[in-house]
Amino acid sequence: MATLELRDIRKSYVAHEVIKGVNLDVADRDFVVFVGPSGCGKSTLLRMIAGLEEITSGELLIDGKRVNEVGPADRGLAMVFQSYALYPHMTVRQNMGFALRMAGIAKAERERKVAEAARILQLEPYLDRRPKELSGGQRQRVAIGRAIVRNPRIFLFDEPLSNLDASLRGQMRIELARLHQELDATMVYVTHDQVEAMTLASKIVVLQAGKVEQIGSPLELYHHPANLFVAGFIGSPRMNFLEARILGADGGGVRVALRSGAEIVVPAAMGGAQAGGTATLGIRPESLRPDPEGPIAGEVRLAERLGGLTLLHVTLAGGEPLVVQIEGGDRTGAREPIRLAVDGAACHIFDESGQALPALERHPLAA
Amino acid sequence: MSSTAIAPPAAPAAQDRSRTRSTLPLIAPSVGVLLLWMIVPLVMTLWFSFQRYNLLNPEVGGFAGFENYEFLVTDPDFWASLTNTLVLVGSVLVITVVFGTLLAVLFDQPFPGQGIARVLAISPFFVMPTVSALVWKNLMMHPIYGVLGVLARAVGMEPVDWFAEYPMAAIIIIVSWQWLPFALLILLTAVQSLDHEQKEAARMDGAGPVAQFFFITLPHLGRAISVVVMIETIFLLTVFAEIFVTTSGGPGNATTNLAFLIYARALLQFDVGGGSAGGVVAIILANIVAFFLVRSIARRLEV
Ligand SMILES: Nc1ncnc2c1ncn2[C@@H]1O[C@H](COP(=O)(O)OP(=O)(O)O)[C@@H](O)[C@H]1O
Ligand SMILES: [Mg+2]
Repeated sequence: MATLELRDIRKSYVAHEVIKGVNLDVADRDFVVFVGPSGCGKSTLLRMIAGLEEITSGELLIDGKRVNEVGPADRGLAMVFQSYALYPHMTVRQNMGFALRMAGIAKAERERKVAEAARILQLEPYLDRRPKELSGGQRQRVAIGRAIVRNPRIFLFDEPLSNLDASLRGQMRIELARLHQELDATMVYVTHDQVEAMTLASKIVVLQAGKVEQIGSPLELYHHPANLFVAGFIGSPRMNFLEARILGADGGGVRVALRSGAEIVVPAAMGGAQAGGTATLGIRPESLRPDPEGPIAGEVRLAERLGGLTLLHVTLAGGEPLVVQIEGGDRTGAREPIRLAVDGAACHIFDESGQALPALERHPLAA
Repeated sequence: MSSTAIAPPAAPAAQDRSRTRSTLPLIAPSVGVLLLWMIVPLVMTLWFSFQRYNLLNPEVGGFAGFENYEFLVTDPDFWASLTNTLVLVGSVLVITVVFGTLLAVLFDQPFPGQGIARVLAISPFFVMPTVSALVWKNLMMHPIYGVLGVLARAVGMEPVDWFAEYPMAAIIIIVSWQWLPFALLILLTAVQSLDHEQKEAARMDGAGPVAQFFFITLPHLGRAISVVVMIETIFLLTVFAEIFVTTSGGPGNATTNLAFLIYARALLQFDVGGGSAGGVVAIILANIVAFFLVRSIARRLEV
């Protein structure tokens, strides 16, 4: 249906630059998610694609054609807003048919398309209600329906689930994934929630302060984060970062020493790092496991028991904090000493500038 | 978007009743004062409207029955004043709402000097009616000294003697000038409260500026316009000072509205009974209008 290309897109407000040169290719039927902390410029970028904000410099191409100067209604896109932005004085039917009415499409045709969208979204019983008579999830679906009836080349979503409660959010997430398959559509989706990004995306764009930190599939970002920021942002609970010293490299990988003296070999190449230099060792909470023979020693300060699993907040001998995810059946409790083991292959090393050392082998799921 | 507010759970009836009982003594004083304040003049007006009571002729007195009312409704002046009242109220409402809406949309756009322009646009509201009527009469509309007359002569036209030739139009202009700022103020806040994303959604849906105005902005302003219409109607039914200082109801009865007619009856012709009958009619008229307005607006405000 549609491809989207961003070529060195920039945006400045008066003096300060908010988007600092973004390059991106979105293939047909991709589900691209922009993710990043609040204020990093996700909405601005999406609004530039939509045509609601002017592009300061760079090129935006839809299906290979430059659309910088094309108005928002003529780009063939549809957008779902964070606040839904439903027209409060119109019924659901009128809301969904508004764009078609503006396009001068005959009433019968309009009715048919609205009915079709209502069927897909299970909104049929609510067609004659007004937005205020709907629940949050239903309003959300109307907003999506308004996008669907236009049969756009690309769907744009700006944090569409952030106003819903947690259980509804989970439900809508599944529904969006189903919709993506059913409509065979290209979608660009903005969120600050990395769980949404991981579950929905075929491609994630991690943004920080107007710059792209990394682009890749969800598991690529999880298993091979390019830098400290991405490593810390993707994955929950957050990756642990420990201070380390690079001892040297051999065929098996890079050997680092922690502050406590424990040594770990990580299957990575030296890249730009120097032996003897300082580095950061990244260990995901789920890769650590209690092991009486383990090299990492500390004391449990707090055990968060979530039922199925337990999060142990551990203070290492050197004073550094560490979160460990273990099975819910484990009895380890607060104020107990603990020893931990870790598989070097699940660790990441970041050099002094925060860049990851390249892994020797790609994870099989992150091709 | 007040629509997301969650209704509080309905209180049980028993609790409701006990609450009414316990708060009654607390609100009784203010309700009592208000009742007296309204009831005493109302009853006195009613009483006088059924009396023969002319200040020039104190000997004639006593109960008059419906004589005062008969005299009133058979008086062509009365029907003329009713028409004048409706014309004045209707015209001013239309002018202030239409121009108020357009100005509100205009003032919502950013432009240099916006703050000062807003203050200037709103300031006529703070000029008292007598003063603004005098300013219009002598500074603007006077055929010899008035700005409009000077302008007319400058382009070689005959100056218009507004109060002689178009007295009602002149009054309407003055009163509209006074009430436009009020409409603008209310409507501007309403325009500014319009959700930004709604307008953007409409833009994405292919609505141009005109379609956005009619499909998004205007429906959003519905409530605010109702409020403007209701409040203005209540005040415009009683316009008096502007007429008093400019035309004194004339020429003939061309600008005599109900308020001015009552004044003329009671204080120019010293017919207190007739004036009171006019007053009662005005009260009834105002209540009819208020009833319909409040009902329709209350329904709108529920939205
Ligand atoms: N109209 C504007 N004028 C000036 N700065 C703006 C404007 N809109 C957004 N910004 C700035 O741009 C940055 C990115 O905003 P936004 O794209 O909304 O972030 P996000 O959606 O990622 O939370 C923020 O720092 C914000 O302050
Ligand atoms: Mg945002």
